Amino acid sequence: MLHYLPILILFIVAAGFAVTNIGLSAILGRRKPTIEKLMPYECGIDPVGSARERFSVKFYLIAMLFVIFDIEVVFLYPWAVVFKSLKLFGFIEMLVFIGILLVCYLYIWKRGGLEWD
Amino acid sequence: MNKEFLVYFIIACVKILLVFGVVQLMIISMIWLERKVMAHMQVRLGPMRVGPHGLLQPIADGIKLLFKEDIIPQKASKLLFILAPIMTVVPALITFAVIPFGDKVKILGYNVDLVITDINVGFLYVFAVSSLGIYGIVMAGWASNNKYSLLGGIRSSAQMISYELTLGLSLIGVVMLTESLSLVDVVNGQAKLWNIVLQPLGFFIYCTSAFAEVNRCPFDLPEAESELVAGYHTEYSSMKFATFFMAEYANMITVSAIAVTFFLGGWHGPFLPPVVWFMLKLSACLFFFIWVRSTYPRLRYDQLMNFGWKFLLPLSLFNILITGFIMILKG
Repeated sequence: MLHYLPILILFIVAAGFAVTNIGLSAILGRRKPTIEKLMPYECGIDPVGSARERFSVKFYLIAMLFVIFDIEVVFLYPWAVVFKSLKLFGFIEMLVFIGILLVCYLYIWKRGGLEWD
Repeated sequence: MNKEFLVYFIIACVKILLVFGVVQLMIISMIWLERKVMAHMQVRLGPMRVGPHGLLQPIADGIKLLFKEDIIPQKASKLLFILAPIMTVVPALITFAVIPFGDKVKILGYNVDLVITDINVGFLYVFAVSSLGIYGIVMAGWASNNKYSLLGGIRSSAQMISYELTLGLSLIGVVMLTESLSLVDVVNGQAKLWNIVLQPLGFFIYCTSAFAEVNRCPFDLPEAESELVAGYHTEYSSMKFATFFMAEYANMITVSAIAVTFFLGGWHGPFLPPVVWFMLKLSACLFFFIWVRSTYPRLRYDQLMNFGWKFLLPLSLFNILITGFIMILKG
């Protein structure tokens, strides 16, 4: 556990640095708020409606695909570390794993899950 | 035990402050270098007024930004709005904890490893921490309550998670060769031959994904100014804006340091001291970032997504299989 202590110290240093910077500018900068200044910036035109509207469903799809494939990547890390001792057995096992995944990948591609137009 | 711990603690603190200071210095000089190099590539002079050849320009900019008005839009979610830049910059800065920048040295009779800490899951730590940066960007986009910011934030997160996948996959070949997740072992394994020779495809995939991951040209769509003003940091001013910039440069230095560690032999090199080699390689990578920025135009968003999912992802899986295949053949 001792090896993780420097990470904690570095985290405190980095966070302290960021907070100090932002705090300093809040103290040093003068403030003259006006209604126009505090509006959302939309190229000088008064904003219409709320900014928090619905956005394209494609982004959700990307997020879901990411979760699926990222889990696969997590499985690959421990396999990669012991690959040399697993030899041919490990290689064939991973071939099967990636093969199954590739079928799903091609299915997603075929169904248009990766299209962006 | 107590004295040992104290020594360890003090050495760690000194190393942390040293690395932190050097990284800050590099961020400042990167800002100057980027403007200067790009200017000369476009046959202009760039900043010339503040200090010799504009050397003090980033410091002048910093002081200016410090005294600027700190605007928080009325409709913004205040807490998230303030927290977002901090959430972006902190992960970018703490990744350096596991990157080895030199060989073991003896200082005042103590053996000092020139790495802040050598944890056995350094590789996982790098990825875990660097993916945290996305939260800050999404928070900034959401909290600003501005349409451009939200679009920029969502685009950015979709882009970053897509390329994080290939970023992770591209380094698996190196892990297979070194049989360890510790970055010190990865560097030690390259004493004779750099990994770029054994993993050219992996290096190509890593570079491309790294450019997308840190939102740099030609993948700088989150801040495509012609369509989104400034993306997720449209509403930010003063030091909060500067913090986002610092995070971008810190991220660039991080991914370059990882590229040096995994592919370019880390601190290994003839004649010069290891730390100098590390810095030289790091500087070369950073120069490459600027060079690419002034060479390539920006991609379209659908091109970016297609490239990531339909080309880079199968290619990185292929790289793993071909690496495994060759290693089996060689025994």
